[in-house]
Amino acid sequence: MKHVWRSWPGRIGVVLVSILVLGALVSLVWTPYDPTRVVPRDKWLPVSWAHPFGTDGAGKDLLSQVLVGARTTLVVALASVVIAAVLGLSLGILSAITPRYVGESLAHLIDVLIALPTLILALVFLAALGGSIWTVSLAIGLGSAAVLARVVRAEVSRVLTNDYILTAAASGSSTYRTVWRHVIPNIAPTVIVQLSLFAALAVLAEAALSYLGLTQVSTPSWGRMLGTLQETMTVEPRAVVFPGLAVLAATLGFNLLGDGLRDAVDPRLRGRAASVSPTFSSVVDGVDDPALVALPAAPDVRPMDIEVP
Amino acid sequence: MTLYVVRRLGLLLVAIVVTSIIVFLLLRLLPGDLATVIGGTQASPDRIAAIRQELGLDRPLVVQYLDWVGGILHGDFGVSALNGETVTSELGRKLGVSVPLVLASTLLSIVVAVPLGIIAGARHRRADGVGISVVSQLGIAVPSFWAGLILIVVFAVNLDALPAGGFPRNGWGDTTVAVRSLVLPVVTLALAQGAVLLRFVRSATLDVLHQDYIRTARAKGLTRSQALYRHGLRNASLPIISILGVQVASLIAGVVVIERVFNLPGVGQMLVRDIGSRDLEKVQGTVLLIAIIVLVIGFIVDVLHRIADPRLRVVA
Repeated sequence: MKHVWRSWPGRIGVVLVSILVLGALVSLVWTPYDPTRVVPRDKWLPVSWAHPFGTDGAGKDLLSQVLVGARTTLVVALASVVIAAVLGLSLGILSAITPRYVGESLAHLIDVLIALPTLILALVFLAALGGSIWTVSLAIGLGSAAVLARVVRAEVSRVLTNDYILTAAASGSSTYRTVWRHVIPNIAPTVIVQLSLFAALAVLAEAALSYLGLTQVSTPSWGRMLGTLQETMTVEPRAVVFPGLAVLAATLGFNLLGDGLRDAVDPRLRGRAASVSPTFSSVVDGVDDPALVALPAAPDVRPMDIEVP
Repeated sequence: MTLYVVRRLGLLLVAIVVTSIIVFLLLRLLPGDLATVIGGTQASPDRIAAIRQELGLDRPLVVQYLDWVGGILHGDFGVSALNGETVTSELGRKLGVSVPLVLASTLLSIVVAVPLGIIAGARHRRADGVGISVVSQLGIAVPSFWAGLILIVVFAVNLDALPAGGFPRNGWGDTTVAVRSLVLPVVTLALAQGAVLLRFVRSATLDVLHQDYIRTARAKGLTRSQALYRHGLRNASLPIISILGVQVASLIAGVVVIERVFNLPGVGQMLVRDIGSRDLEKVQGTVLLIAIIVLVIGFIVDVLHRIADPRLRVVA
């Protein structure tokens, strides 16, 4: 954490994500107004001390709505990241350590899943299972899991070529133990960075799905707020600013946190960042941008299998 | 090379088959099936059973799947259960809106993001390079539908310069109106795509600048920009080709949302509506078609990549 704080992106990321978490927690015990209470005479109030974000067409306080919406965003981000981590890690590791034909079949299955855009997959899931936040998280988590699995497969393949894996196998370490003790710790930095970026994608995806009106009406959400406010946008365009900024800040927060984590966990980059004066340019010049790891197909380098005959 | 194309083509076919199975099974998860939707809430169990039989929903899953795939092989993506129109004919009409939208925004994002990305990479320690990076980081985090809403407020509501949404009823018959109504959606989509593309181009440029051949080129007396121009850009273009292929997937997802923002009668809006009305057969056909498009583009990109990079050919 100390290292994350050392870079500007990391610092901004930590602050933005903390604000999101804090907002969600505070909304559990206190909001300035009841976010669902309709007060006709307070409709379309401008930004003021009493209503920092103003009010909507029904006189509902926008700040309170944004605070409550932070909960949904946070829950979906966390839940989908957990699903992505569990599934993506297992699939990715399995496809890298199982015999060639099983592994390659799995890898192709992963590629096929990646070809289905996450949002489209989510649409189908919502149609089939209804619009609860768990369905949303499941769909987004599955989409991210496929991408993570591809990254993990490439990373595990790389780690398996190291001598210490051979040494572990030679000293009688079982495949399971080798994976647990040597492979996972070595791929963890990449995975953690990736998960942070998935959280950002989850924030955007949840906002998009609820904007489309496909999630439950009862769940407060920034996307749904924007969808509703769009209908009255020609009258009161200003109201769409704050929920949108909230989505922007949350996404930016997770993205920058990912950048900061990348700088912090990669010792090579850390050395570089420390040697340069701590200006913004020194931290944005990381060559291996974590946002880029997920996308291009990893070259299919086949390492030796870790079982020793 | 031929061997590679044949192998890759085989993989493409396998991928399409697997996708069709996934899509087919996913939609069988739907709780109330199509018969209950058509019959309405008042229908008796007998009536529902009759509809099920009529639609062939009482047959084993394997038979239903083969029947569906057999139709697709003949270009028949099914018939809408609600209005009886064939999915193919409606899709054709909707694609007339969505395809120009995707192509124009891809083109716009390339034209803007590639030069800016190269500048951001080549001048990554200068103020302009950093500025471009910061803006692109923001661009990635902006939800596309919100950017669309802001553009509507500025250009349609305040300046009254462009339509806020909608598409002429007679489609491209009214060319000027059609083009004008696509301007804001194209810019919105290109904004989101361009921001991501820019980061890739920047990263590829930075990567190339650290290579030995650039140092060699500099050592023999080329200036930094000459070295980048003569040796760097060709190499940097390779990952960019791959990324453009991958971006299509996210672009198609973006279209679904953007068509809603600007109320465009395209494939995305049709899909969202069909899911709402549980028009299973159509959703199934549309989703499969989208997946096939993404897979085929992936195939084309892989082959292009092979052609563009002689090194990969030697290895193969």
